[in-house]
Amino acid sequence: MSNIFPEVANKVPRWILFGLTLKVLAIIAGLYYYFTPSYTRAGYQPVQPVSFDHSLHVKQVGLDCRYCHTFVDRSEHSTVPSSNTCMNCHSVVKADSDKLALVRESYQTGESIEWVKIHDTPDYVYFNHAVHVNRGVSCVHCHGQVDEMEEVYHAKSFTMNFCLDCHRNPEEFIRPVDKVYDLQWEPEDPEWEEQAQAFVHDWKVMPPESCSGCHR
Amino acid sequence: MAHKAEDLNLPAETQILIAEAKPVDMPRRELVENNRDYNWITEKICGIVEDKTPTWWWVCISIAGLVATYTLAGLVYLVSTGVGVWGLNNPVNWGWAIVNFVFWIGIGHAGTLISAILCLLKQRWRTSINRTAEAMTIFAVVCAGIFPLFHVGRVWFAWWLFPLPNANGIWPNFRSPLEWDVFAVSTYFTVSALFWYMGMIPDLGLLRDRAKSLWRKYFYGALAMGWRNSARHWKNYEMAYLTLAGLSTPLVLSVHTIVSFDFAASILPGWHTTIFPPYFVAGAIFSGFGMVLTLMLPLRSVFKLHDLITQYHIDCMCKITLATGSMVGYAYAMEFFIAWYGANSFEAFAFINRAGGQYWWAYWIMISCNVITPQLFWFKWVRENTTLVWVMSLFVNVGMWFERFVITVTSLANDFLPSSWGYYSPTIVDIYTYIGTFGLFSFLFLLFLRFLPLIAIAEIKALALPQADPHNEDHPLNQKSSK
Repeated sequence: MSNIFPEVANKVPRWILFGLTLKVLAIIAGLYYYFTPSYTRAGYQPVQPVSFDHSLHVKQVGLDCRYCHTFVDRSEHSTVPSSNTCMNCHSVVKADSDKLALVRESYQTGESIEWVKIHDTPDYVYFNHAVHVNRGVSCVHCHGQVDEMEEVYHAKSFTMNFCLDCHRNPEEFIRPVDKVYDLQWEPEDPEWEEQAQAFVHDWKVMPPESCSGCHR
Repeated sequence: MAHKAEDLNLPAETQILIAEAKPVDMPRRELVENNRDYNWITEKICGIVEDKTPTWWWVCISIAGLVATYTLAGLVYLVSTGVGVWGLNNPVNWGWAIVNFVFWIGIGHAGTLISAILCLLKQRWRTSINRTAEAMTIFAVVCAGIFPLFHVGRVWFAWWLFPLPNANGIWPNFRSPLEWDVFAVSTYFTVSALFWYMGMIPDLGLLRDRAKSLWRKYFYGALAMGWRNSARHWKNYEMAYLTLAGLSTPLVLSVHTIVSFDFAASILPGWHTTIFPPYFVAGAIFSGFGMVLTLMLPLRSVFKLHDLITQYHIDCMCKITLATGSMVGYAYAMEFFIAWYGANSFEAFAFINRAGGQYWWAYWIMISCNVITPQLFWFKWVRENTTLVWVMSLFVNVGMWFERFVITVTSLANDFLPSSWGYYSPTIVDIYTYIGTFGLFSFLFLLFLRFLPLIAIAEIKALALPQADPHNEDHPLNQKSSK
């Protein structure tokens, strides 16, 4: 048989191996970056029908989270307020603003404003707001610095890893119960670490790590 | 080796005894009949690949391809609709998919046994059948892999089975035998494929050197990876072959042991038994040899390979089938014995229920195919009737499928609580998906027959022919004392 393969063919297997390795690594890296919730969810910032400015209402007006999101501490679900809540103030303050036209319309007709849902846990996840906020887990851990947001966006990834980080080491995230709604709170006490561990122990914070804890 | 009595320098009384008994001198049986030479073997095997494609091949591969689409259609329907299209229910959460998985993976075991264990034990007769058996192994593992892959439900998450860091922050459950199975089967596939391919390289070199058309030169040239037949190549080749044989030997035992753990590590009566690992391994080799016979006998007559796959080879395969079939029969009996001897009412019920419960027919098909059929191989006239051997090898395949059905389904359908008992029957999707895997298997196997050397040419020349060793008298047929 005449030699049909040029000398360079000797290197082909090495190239193939090298190329394949590179390709596989690139695919894995790509999947890692683009297919995980830290890319697909974090940063999601839809345009809402009414541009409600959280930072203004929290920082300037001084509203507590629970003024609008009632029942967050009593129910598994944290409610989005009805337009009645808005009109408590806005029947007087900026009563004629164009920006609030939809709110007034909703108030008169009784039809809800169609807010775009940002933080949406999958149907196969059981999440209870009340048990978290009543055991020293602040809003800020999952929702980010909403008090500084002019337009709310999805701040955290909401991967299962994200949930488990806290469920595995609750003492690193816990805070005094009266500071749960203070999104700016930082531990100042140098002995906070011991106190946090004491809280976890005393309040019997036992976050489930088994599958059925959340996937019921 | 049968030495003559006078050569052995035995005590006088023994010699008298031997003279009285007149033991029959049993000559070594030839591995290649009719004094075939090197050239004949080369022409014979290469001819299968090089001659014009026979019409029957086109007919068969078209049918096989068509049947293989059943699996494709079944799986597409399954994924697009949901696992509800299978006949699974509560309590029978493991149905045909698991039965078929164990069935196919078991068939694969003969290939590794022949290529690894028989190689280490220097069984020269393996050379005629090892290539085909290894190909069978690989294609069977391909068919087997489909079932657990789709049984996970969301097949696009099947990569979660591998311990890769992921956004869920959890690892697979390393304490689960199902996880061990992932490693066992993927290792098994990798090593088998390597072994098969590496063993083929000298023969691919041969096909390359004989190639006339350009595509053949490139095709076999690339596959032969620059094999030059030099002494150094052979030295490396032999060492690599031995190393792989050593690596695969534990795999023959480990893979089906771990498959049996899928059942044995649970607490279900009928599954929770310590006999499972050896019993599964014996059953796997039994079914594997059944499949080797099913494939080799038609090949032998279609390609006129009677001089290479001789009656001796068939005898050997039948005897292994007989041995492993008897082990399986022993295991069936022992399960019943332990169920009685262990005095556990649930265990006893599980076995009585197998034989006389709602799936009694499956149990008795299993017993008649797996226990009664192989016992016929005791008789020489049975082993020499090729048609009969082939029919019996089909029974072995059927019986071993039913064994997995009996183990999986009967145990689940009637467990501890009568209130949770149920009945399982497959849906049309189950049936089509399973039938389709035979199409897939045949499709791959026919491609193998047409494009790759189906008998290890280099090996059979080196080990099976007496000409290969004219001086050292290492070959049994060259030893002076032989006939």
